[in-house]
Amino acid sequence: MTKFGEMADRTGRDLFAEAGETAIEDAGIDRGEIDALYLGNFMGELSERQGHMGPLMAKMLGLDVPATRVESACASGGMAVRQGIQAVRAGSADVVLVGGVERMHNMGTTGATGGLSVAADDLWEIKHGITFPGAYALMAKRYFETHGGDREDLAEVAVKNHANAANNPLAQYQTEITIEKVLDAFPVADPLGLFDASPITDGAAAAIIVSEDYAAEHDLDAPVSITGTGQGTDDLALQHRDSITWTPATADAAEEAYADAGIDADDVDFLEVHDCFTIAEVLALEGLGLYDEGEAITAAREGETTADGELPVNLSGGLKAKGHPVGATGLAQISEMTKLFRGDHVNSDAVEDAEVGLTHNAGGTVASAVVHVLEVEQ
Amino acid sequence: MSDEVRDDGYDDFMDALEEGEPYYVECANGHASLPPRRLCPECATDDLGEAPLAETGELLTYNVTHVPTPEFADDVPFVLGIAEFGDVRLTGQVRADSEDVEVGDTVSIGTDVSETNGERYIAFDLE
Repeated sequence: MTKFGEMADRTGRDLFAEAGETAIEDAGIDRGEIDALYLGNFMGELSERQGHMGPLMAKMLGLDVPATRVESACASGGMAVRQGIQAVRAGSADVVLVGGVERMHNMGTTGATGGLSVAADDLWEIKHGITFPGAYALMAKRYFETHGGDREDLAEVAVKNHANAANNPLAQYQTEITIEKVLDAFPVADPLGLFDASPITDGAAAAIIVSEDYAAEHDLDAPVSITGTGQGTDDLALQHRDSITWTPATADAAEEAYADAGIDADDVDFLEVHDCFTIAEVLALEGLGLYDEGEAITAAREGETTADGELPVNLSGGLKAKGHPVGATGLAQISEMTKLFRGDHVNSDAVEDAEVGLTHNAGGTVASAVVHVLEVEQ
Repeated sequence: MSDEVRDDGYDDFMDALEEGEPYYVECANGHASLPPRRLCPECATDDLGEAPLAETGELLTYNVTHVPTPEFADDVPFVLGIAEFGDVRLTGQVRADSEDVEVGDTVSIGTDVSETNGERYIAFDLE
């Protein structure tokens, strides 16, 4: 992946070319071996008047292969990974390049807020003033009313994820923050403040996925296996859900991924989850079956999900501190978890003996969710 | 309004709401949804009709939006909520000071227009 951050002048194609080239070099394969490209991107049309990115990005990497863009809002990257896995499993490809990219800072704050909002329902949400910070604020407010908890509990999530990113050279924010700073921040959409929100980020990430047979035949050093994939879908509009605080798309994606990998939630050693807002990390941990409904709000405060806790969550810094170039996020989760497993991530020591990791990437107010199980043999 | 091109179904709903006669889509099996629909999102029957929306609803949650989309740049801050009217939930702006709003409040429904671009939106008033 590229460094995540504020790079308003860099085009999406240049960001992706860097990430793709890094992935090809890291995998140690010849680019001529790549059979297909799946690219996650959410709002290229809005940010740089650029649709139809599949062919564009293929040529940026000197590839002449079938190339398809995948769009599922902020889950676009994770869905591109899933498309790649399915192509390999179907036998239509042995080697796929999966990637994601988003350029956002050139839109400005209001422009990016407007761009992101199109992941909501135009007729029944956007026309009435919803934003994504606003939508997650609606979920947080309802959570507090239904299950308890408060802004300080959520602030613990932000503090944890910033601490995890503090020494991550690819993270947008490599600074620790305090509870007070989170609580005193500008209210983007009360009850969520600026430090409850992931930032606007430019960046790209990519990975090479190969079949087991290909890895064996070519004696590839590919220690991390994606053993499970799952996807869930829900009503697009938050108002149409049975519950404002329970995310069935996450639960469905997790159930499918666990079954696919032949594991239970209890087997997961650490996770990268979609913390676009602090409350989103709480809802994800519950939807994934790692906490009962209404119980994950205290996980960060109790130190259960910190780097030295029983179940480290977002050791990369998460979307919150690593940054959230939306179409690239699902790939960044795969990239960071791979490094965490291999031992070449700054936080690898926290998961030295880990065998099972999980990535969770969500779109909109979790109308789309995609979960992957990653495993290594210790 | 600058609606040279309408969104059929949605704009019909908003017209009815302005006239004080809001409705929702009800299928033969009693499922509620919002237009436009060709079939029920719950059971996929195409046996659909209209039923009057409850006059008041319960506010399920709300926020106070300070960073808006461009369409509401001049409208912030505003209170945005989801309210439940019988079997139907709608998202709209609560026309009240945020200090006076609580989850569980009873609200009525109408329309208002954006100060930014004059487009209409769903508005809730505290009862």
